[in-house]
Amino acid sequence: MTDQPFVPSFDDDASAGRKLVIICSKGNLDMALPGLIIANSALGEGIETHLFFTFWGFDMINKKTMGNLKFSYLGNTAMHLPGQFGFSMPQGLAALPGMTAVTTKMMNKQLADLDVPGVPEFLEIILASGGHLWACKMSADMANLTEPDLYEGVEGIISATDMLELAEGAQMLFI
Amino acid sequence: MPTTTIAGHEVEVNEEGFLTKPSQWTEDLGTALAGLIGIELTDDHWKVIKFLRSDYDAMGETATLRRVSTQMGLPVKQLFTLFPGKPAKKMSYVAGLPKPKGCV
Repeated sequence: MTDQPFVPSFDDDASAGRKLVIICSKGNLDMALPGLIIANSALGEGIETHLFFTFWGFDMINKKTMGNLKFSYLGNTAMHLPGQFGFSMPQGLAALPGMTAVTTKMMNKQLADLDVPGVPEFLEIILASGGHLWACKMSADMANLTEPDLYEGVEGIISATDMLELAEGAQMLFI
Repeated sequence: MPTTTIAGHEVEVNEEGFLTKPSQWTEDLGTALAGLIGIELTDDHWKVIKFLRSDYDAMGETATLRRVSTQMGLPVKQLFTLFPGKPAKKMSYVAGLPKPKGCV
């Protein structure tokens, strides 16, 4: 016991100036969410957070695809039926027509049950929390996309060099 | 568990300084806790704190920012304005609750 009350150090110097850059390079539903979840948590911790979308990650900010990302377990041997952890789903089944729609629906339901927002709403929350969204110049050129094709919250289409400049001193994650 | 005295109340806290017994919390204490982290409570703050308290009673765990936002119909941006920097931790601290465990 001391005379001074013991108070959590919410705004201590150790975390001041902390910065995180997440490179989102995948457009599958299951690979899109980790970056969004980590970004959201980082912002809630007062960490300056930037998301840089590149290659297939463009589907997360392309207006035509962002609300409709899909999940397939083709090539993913860690796919088990709920609770059946000793048994991997046969890979051949994943290749059947219509299977991606089924597995996407299953994953979306599991996410909704946990109140995890969909990609467009997640990006909205990240922006409202002070996060920054950037699109990769080369990916935009490859896919023949310009700013009007992208989610309004994207601050700009920038080069890898620009991204590295804004990442100075940041912790970086490549997903 | 260590104890600390806040505004004349002796309370149990964990190693970070969060109250460990939600039952030791009172509204007066909430005002004092907020003052200690530089927040002057308005009606809008109190609505959030009261939601957190009642939701904790019902669910047995502290609501995440997402849950506060969807259940109360409050924009996330406003929560960042009310409790700047680390909103989820700050609001649960003021409400005398553990910090939220959920990821989203």
